[in-house]
Amino acid sequence: MEEGEKQMEKIIDIQHLNKSYGTHEVLRDINFSVTKGEVVSIIGSSGSGKSTLLRCINLLEKPSGGQILYHGENILDDKHDVASYRKHLGMVFQQFNLFNNHNVLNNCVVGQIKVLKRSKEEAEKVAMHYLNVVGMDKYINAQPKQLSGGQKQRVAIARALSMNPDVMLFDEPTSALDPEMVGEVLKVMKELANSGLTMIVVTHEMEFAKEVSDRVIFMDKGVIAEEGSPERIFQNPTQERTREFLKRTILQPQ
Amino acid sequence: MSLEWIIKIISENWPMFLRGAGLTLLIALIGTIIGAAIGLVAGVIRTIPTPERGAKKVILKLVNIILSIYIEFFRGTPMIVQAMVIYYGSALAFGINMNVLTAAIIVVSINTGAYMAEIVRGGIISVDKGQFEAAHAIGMNHVQAMWNVVLPQVIRNILPATGNQFVINIKDTSVLNVISVTELYFVTKSISGNNFRYFESFFVACLIYFVMTFIVTRILLYMEKKLDGSDSYTVIGRDDQLRGKFK
Repeated sequence: MEEGEKQMEKIIDIQHLNKSYGTHEVLRDINFSVTKGEVVSIIGSSGSGKSTLLRCINLLEKPSGGQILYHGENILDDKHDVASYRKHLGMVFQQFNLFNNHNVLNNCVVGQIKVLKRSKEEAEKVAMHYLNVVGMDKYINAQPKQLSGGQKQRVAIARALSMNPDVMLFDEPTSALDPEMVGEVLKVMKELANSGLTMIVVTHEMEFAKEVSDRVIFMDKGVIAEEGSPERIFQNPTQERTREFLKRTILQPQ
Repeated sequence: MSLEWIIKIISENWPMFLRGAGLTLLIALIGTIIGAAIGLVAGVIRTIPTPERGAKKVILKLVNIILSIYIEFFRGTPMIVQAMVIYYGSALAFGINMNVLTAAIIVVSINTGAYMAEIVRGGIISVDKGQFEAAHAIGMNHVQAMWNVVLPQVIRNILPATGNQFVINIKDTSVLNVISVTELYFVTKSISGNNFRYFESFFVACLIYFVMTFIVTRILLYMEKKLDGSDSYTVIGRDDQLRGKFK
């Protein structure tokens, strides 16, 4: 029993999370948790609150209410240091957000040195390892402006991985890419998922969500409408609005 | 003839012109550097996100009010008047008999600082919000994000405006003749007072001012290009270990 509990250790446990801008409620009573090694995809139409939810997890948006437990500790507690919590979470943005004043290698190094206090040599070693994983190790002295979208996103993934995070958050990582570049990024993400990394992925890529995730969360109008294994969500959705959404994204449930 | 007079004025007075021009350049340069430093600090403080509660919020608000008054006041009054007020005012209020050169540098610095504060604030605001978010997302605090990611980009972005300030300062130090700083305008005035050749004397001054601003502009342009770096990068791989690195 104890061993089983350890395996099911919740890294992030979100309870009754709310977020509103003024009187406009964007998220309502969100409850879900992520255990170690799990890949969770969050799907839903634009404006359903899925990106806001992801940004609430690492506090880029401040939740209006509820709790976010990280290894059992409520990080919304006043005494909790936001920066020291965030270093355990890797974030990949839709718009890449590579540091424009650093080259590819330094993008992956600067956080390790300044936040994790690693030595330059160690940081570069770690950075090279992950740049190799994403296939960008040949471009270490390129500036971000010189790279294509797909290359930028792969560097952004390496940058996040270099911090050795507990959980990786992906905020629509392929939505700003040209169609021919989506594949190279998804390929990297698939490899990461298979390597046992804990991932929360907000995505419009239904094929990816179906193939790679352990669990799929469908969001609609600020609430979790349905949650379950990819087989169940994509083949036997119980909710009418899930069926509607899947029909619109051309992936028909059988 | 004018041309003859111009040549005569230059040949007789060139050491004075040179000293005046040197002083002008010195005041403008030091004033711009200190002003830019003041502006950087003020601009950074003015963009600190407001803490939600406590003493920090009150202190920050107070500092912001003081900075606003400083910026509004020094942008809203002419430097020639500021020079008089600071030079004679400091003697009157604190009994300090300030060296005119010190007074000149102080006036130009705080005047430039007021303009630079707004330029820096604009520069920080114009940096993509995603840069802050990415820095925060890997665990940097506000200071680290500012120092390692945002400010280097701000400095690149405000370089043209800073150069512009420098050029303005080279020209505007001429107003400091009211407190008898022996800069180029003051020197020219005394030269022309001796020879009564106002047009020729000030024509020479005009040329010297232009040469100074023109050279400064070129140097700054060169620096901007240098900072932007080359457009190519080296691909590192097995091939070039054999062939040597190539561009």
